[in-house]
Amino acid sequence: MVDTSLAGGGLAAARPDQRPNAPVGSADREGSGPVLQIASAQAARVGGREVPSAVARPIARPGTLRILLRNPAAAVGLAILFTVAVVALLAPLVFPGDPLDIAGPALLRPGTNAAFPFGTDSLGRNVAAGLAHGARITLTIGLAAAGLGLLIGVLVGSVAGYFGGRLDDLLVKLTEIFQTVPPFVLMIVLVAIFQPTVPTIITAIGIVSWPGVARVVRAEFRSLRNKDFVVAARGLGFGHRRIIFREILPNALPPIIVTASVMVAGAILAESAMSFLGLSDANAVSWGSMIGMGREQIRTAWYLTAIPGIAIVLTVLALNLIGDGLNDALNPRLSRSR
Amino acid sequence: MSLLQVSGLHTRYETNDGVLRAVDGVSFAIEAGETVGLVGESGCGKSTLGKTLVGLVPASEGEVTFDGAEISHLSPAALKPVRRRLQMIFQDPFGSLNPRQSIGQILTAPLAVHGVRSAAERRAQALAMVRRVGLPDDTLQRFPHEFSGGQRQRIGVARALILAPQLVVCDEPVSALDLSIQAQILNLLVEMKSELDLAYLFVSHDLSVVRYFADRVLVMYLGRIVESATYDTIWSRPRHPYTRALMEAVPDPLRRRTAAPLSGDLPSARNVPSGCRFHPRCPFATDLCRSADPALRSVEPGHEVACHHAEAIFAAAGATPPGAATVH
Repeated sequence: MVDTSLAGGGLAAARPDQRPNAPVGSADREGSGPVLQIASAQAARVGGREVPSAVARPIARPGTLRILLRNPAAAVGLAILFTVAVVALLAPLVFPGDPLDIAGPALLRPGTNAAFPFGTDSLGRNVAAGLAHGARITLTIGLAAAGLGLLIGVLVGSVAGYFGGRLDDLLVKLTEIFQTVPPFVLMIVLVAIFQPTVPTIITAIGIVSWPGVARVVRAEFRSLRNKDFVVAARGLGFGHRRIIFREILPNALPPIIVTASVMVAGAILAESAMSFLGLSDANAVSWGSMIGMGREQIRTAWYLTAIPGIAIVLTVLALNLIGDGLNDALNPRLSRSR
Repeated sequence: MSLLQVSGLHTRYETNDGVLRAVDGVSFAIEAGETVGLVGESGCGKSTLGKTLVGLVPASEGEVTFDGAEISHLSPAALKPVRRRLQMIFQDPFGSLNPRQSIGQILTAPLAVHGVRSAAERRAQALAMVRRVGLPDDTLQRFPHEFSGGQRQRIGVARALILAPQLVVCDEPVSALDLSIQAQILNLLVEMKSELDLAYLFVSHDLSVVRYFADRVLVMYLGRIVESATYDTIWSRPRHPYTRALMEAVPDPLRRRTAAPLSGDLPSARNVPSGCRFHPRCPFATDLCRSADPALRSVEPGHEVACHHAEAIFAAAGATPPGAATVH
């Protein structure tokens, strides 16, 4: 018999000396490690009274957020993104009214007028207001486009990876077709056909960005679908939908989450690039459209392109830092070997 | 009528190097409440046979009849009601539980899928099953990584039994566990069998594990069953040279070597030897063995063997069975 006091560090509750009528030898107690301790049902209830569980909780693995905050680069990324999000949320309160309205004299340089800390553009519009309202549009487009891309990518990738065979061949070919078309050209064509509004821009970026996710998800599903717990789920009679979304997908999430953060950054860049070319929603300010409008004065009023440009750089950098941090936090084995 | 009747079952895999005949013409039956041990070397097709029976691997040929109904060619939807009565316990207690689900989710999901509508009822059944397999009540809120290998295998047993099956295929359920814990899990399986009136097909490469509780033993070699007999018969009067070699491989200080030790590796199931598939490794092989494939034939009531020279070998080896000194 195992010495409980030694093995369990006092965790194990009273145990019966011998299981009654044990058909096999007497070695019927779990070899106990210092952390986990077997307890039979008999051991857990002695004299009809509940005895505290004898299964010790192992030292809890810190949550993903905590690991992320411990990583200085990721913490900086989170701080920047948080700031941008707060600015976006508070924009209508701090700068009420339409940021596209003329607010003062044209081409005020930053720092010359306290009412316009970032100056005004060639039409006298407040750059600070544009920046704050632009954060809303830019973040919305980034998140929604990445969300749409994720949705398509996860669906295509999981179905291809789970079912395999002909369906897989077909979906892989489809993915490859989308990958061979230059994404930027496809995006511009889509937006040009359907008028540049916020929803069409989101749709265009989403349609262009799913193939990468689909490949990641497919690879994960292919390796997970033969795991014993998936085979067990099939043996228990679970349907395909249940196996895909409840059994496999939660285990495939870490690489998907990492990809998602980088996708948001990519979507913001794509939106900015299209706005720079003039393909932006004329009724909404985004950082990209501010750069596009300031482009003509780049020699005389460089700040009109530089200020929203810096905002984009910082936000995209923050998302990439978070993506890297998430990668380390969610793949501890990978980060240790670095 | 037998609970499970298998006849002429083949399972083949298409691989890049040709067709792999994992199960190559197997017939046997399991009665209700019976425990049948299926032993053989790694790679002989015993796990594939187990998975084919529960419908996890499609059968290429042959019939599997469960409780009077043919099940090897059913659609997933038609197989679902059968799944309830035909369950499986897996070898690897670490890989067979979804790491992202709590034990409560793992145990209640099968009930939900099989039509237990009330969440409270599912919870109650899961709790009862957790207690039955000897785990504490708070197991349901915990996750697989919080348990040791033996405890996880208890959870695996609970999951297989929660649908109240009639036949459970145990695919090497203890081979991934420490020796002391192996005994616990075997005890648990024995207890469950008597409580729930189960039949087991117990797949193992380890005769010393099977001997604990198999009523009957099937010895498998390269996709075929080469000997089938009750547990006592196979230990006292093994006929097939391969069976004798397997028993010889069970370590025992009290026993002298009586059979020739087995040499060489299991041949590839992609390229099965001609004649008797055991002849390249058999110390008694003759020209007959190299040309003619021996069929499984009865040598005494309830004892079948696939060997041309079963009687001669048995007579030559005398009545001293290789493992006589060790049985219990």
